[in-house]
Amino acid sequence: MSAAATPAVEARGLAKRYGSAVAVDQLDLTVEPGDVYGFLGPNGAGKTTSLRMMLGLIRPTAGRVLIHGIDPMDDPVGSLRGVAGFVEQPTFYPYLSGRANLELLATLDGGCEPRAIDDVLDQVELSDRAGDRVGGYSHGMGQRLGIAAALLRRPRLLLLDEPTTGLDPAGMRDMRALVARLAASGITILLSSHLLGEVEHLCTRVAIVHRGRVRYEGDLPRLPQGRGLYRLVATDPAAAAAMCGRLEGISDVHAHPDAVSFTATPESAGELSLALAAEGIGVQALVPGGTALEQLFFRLTDEDAE
Amino acid sequence: MIWPAYRCELRKLAAQRRSLLGLAACAVAPIALVVTLHVHPPTISDTGAPFFQRYAERSGFAVPLLMLLFASIWLFPLVAALVAGDIVAAEDGNGTLKTILTRSTGRSTVFFAKAAAALTYAVAAVVVMGVVATVAGGLESGFRALPTFTSAVPAGTAAELVAGGLAVYAVALVGVVGIGLLLSTWTRNSAAAVVGTLLAVLLMQLTQILPGLDAPAVQRWMLAPQLQAWQALFRNPIDTGPIVHACAISALYAAVCMVVAWVHFLRRDVAG
Repeated sequence: MSAAATPAVEARGLAKRYGSAVAVDQLDLTVEPGDVYGFLGPNGAGKTTSLRMMLGLIRPTAGRVLIHGIDPMDDPVGSLRGVAGFVEQPTFYPYLSGRANLELLATLDGGCEPRAIDDVLDQVELSDRAGDRVGGYSHGMGQRLGIAAALLRRPRLLLLDEPTTGLDPAGMRDMRALVARLAASGITILLSSHLLGEVEHLCTRVAIVHRGRVRYEGDLPRLPQGRGLYRLVATDPAAAAAMCGRLEGISDVHAHPDAVSFTATPESAGELSLALAAEGIGVQALVPGGTALEQLFFRLTDEDAE
Repeated sequence: MIWPAYRCELRKLAAQRRSLLGLAACAVAPIALVVTLHVHPPTISDTGAPFFQRYAERSGFAVPLLMLLFASIWLFPLVAALVAGDIVAAEDGNGTLKTILTRSTGRSTVFFAKAAAALTYAVAAVVVMGVVATVAGGLESGFRALPTFTSAVPAGTAAELVAGGLAVYAVALVGVVGIGLLLSTWTRNSAAAVVGTLLAVLLMQLTQILPGLDAPAVQRWMLAPQLQAWQALFRNPIDTGPIVHACAISALYAAVCMVVAWVHFLRRDVAG
C-alpha cells in the first residue's frame, strides 16, 4: 500500500474498559489524508479516551488503531512521526517560560531549526510573551502554546481535543481561524469537539460518537437547497408529530420529549401552522434554525437517551 | 539516545525551586555546623561526642565526615527522595507526562533519563556538601592531618579518604534513589513517594534496634546500615569488605526498584 493511500488514522474495534465501565466500545473510524475530520460527541462519549489510544498514551482493551499504518502499541515513536496534538488541555512546565518549554520539547523531538521556535510562536501570536513563565499564562495562551508545540513537529496529522474549550469568544474565534489556516495548509486534522457549530464550520468529514461507539461517519451532512430545520413545541406533541408526518414537503420528523423537529421549506412550515390550528393543536413555538448536523447529532444521541 | 532527554531533565531540575532548595540545604548545613563548632569548640576528651566531632578542632577534614555522619541518616535520604520521589509523580500530577510522551522520545528513554537525573542530583548533593564542608572546615581548623579510628593520616591522604568516603556514601545512596523512583512511578503522587521513601529508610534504621531484626543476618540485607559503610575507610588497614557489601546491596536495591518501576512505566496508561 502506498503512503498516500494509507489512512492517517484507522481504528477498528477499538475498545477501552475500566473494570465494568466501558469508555470506548468497538469504535471504528477512518481519517483519510487531507481530511479535516470532526470527532463529535457529547461529554463522556469516549472522544478523549479514543485520542489517548491514538497517541499511544493508553493501551486498548481490544481492537487496534493505526496511525499512518503503524500501531502505537507496537512502535510508539514511529507511529507518532509526523503526528502532533494534545488531549484534554495542553500542559507545560509552569516554572519554565513558553520558549523554554518549546526548546525542551524540540530537544525531545531530536532538535529543530534555529528559527523554528520563533516561527511557531509567531504563528500563534505568542512571541511577545514567550519569555514569561507559563505559570502566568491565561488559558487561551496555554492553548495557543499547545498548538505551537504541535506545529514544532511539522505534523502531517494534528490531533486536537476540544481546543476552544474554556476560551472566551475572541479566543474561540482566533483558535478556529488558526485551525482553519492549518487545515488550508494541507495538514490532516482530527478535531475532537462537542461544539456542533465548530465542527460544522471547520470540518469536511465527521464522526458522531456516543457512549463509546461511532453512530455516524461520513461527509458533513447538508440540508437540500431551500429546506431548513424547524423545531415545533405544541400543546399535543404526539398529535403534532403525526400531523408533520402527514403533510407534504415535511420530512425527517423526529419526536423528542419536549418538541418535534423536522425539515421543511418555509411554505410547508406555514401550512403546518394552519393545519395544527385547524386541528385545535396550540403552537407554542415554531422556530427555524439548526443544521443537518445538529439534527443528525440530536437524533443519534437522543435515540439512545430514549 | 538518552543524552537529550537527560539534558531536559537536568534543565527542569535546575529551574525548580525544590531541587535548588535541596542543594542549598546541603551547602548551608556544613556552614552552620562549623559556626556551631566555632561557638562551642569540641574537646577530645568528650567521649560522648561522635569521633570526628572530637577532632574537628584539629583538622578541617573532620568536618565533612562529621557532616556525613549526621546527614547520612535523614538529610541525604530526604534530599534524594525530594527529587527521586517527585521526578515521575510530579509529571503525572501536572499532566506533563502526556506532553513528553507524545514527542519523539520513547518511554524507556524518558524513564532512564529521569533515573539518571535523579542519581545525578543525589550525587551532586553529596558533592556540594562535601566541598562546602571541607572548605569551611579547613578555613576553621586548617587542612591538617586527620585522626582516624586507628591512627592519623597526613593532609593529602585525608583529602583522598574524605573524597573516598563521600563516593562510598553516594553509591550507597543510589539504593534510596531507586526506592524513590519506584514509589514515584507507582504511586503517581509526589508527596506520597517522597514521604514513603524517607519512611522506608527510617524503618530500616529502626530494624537496627528491634530484637530479632537486629541480627547481622538480617541487617546485612538492609539498606540503612550500608549508609554507614564509608566509615570502614577510616581504619588502617582499610576494611574493604563492608564497602563492597554496601555497594552490592545498594546496587541490588536500585536495580530491583528501577526494573520494576521501568516495566510499570512502560505498560501503564497515562491519563489525566
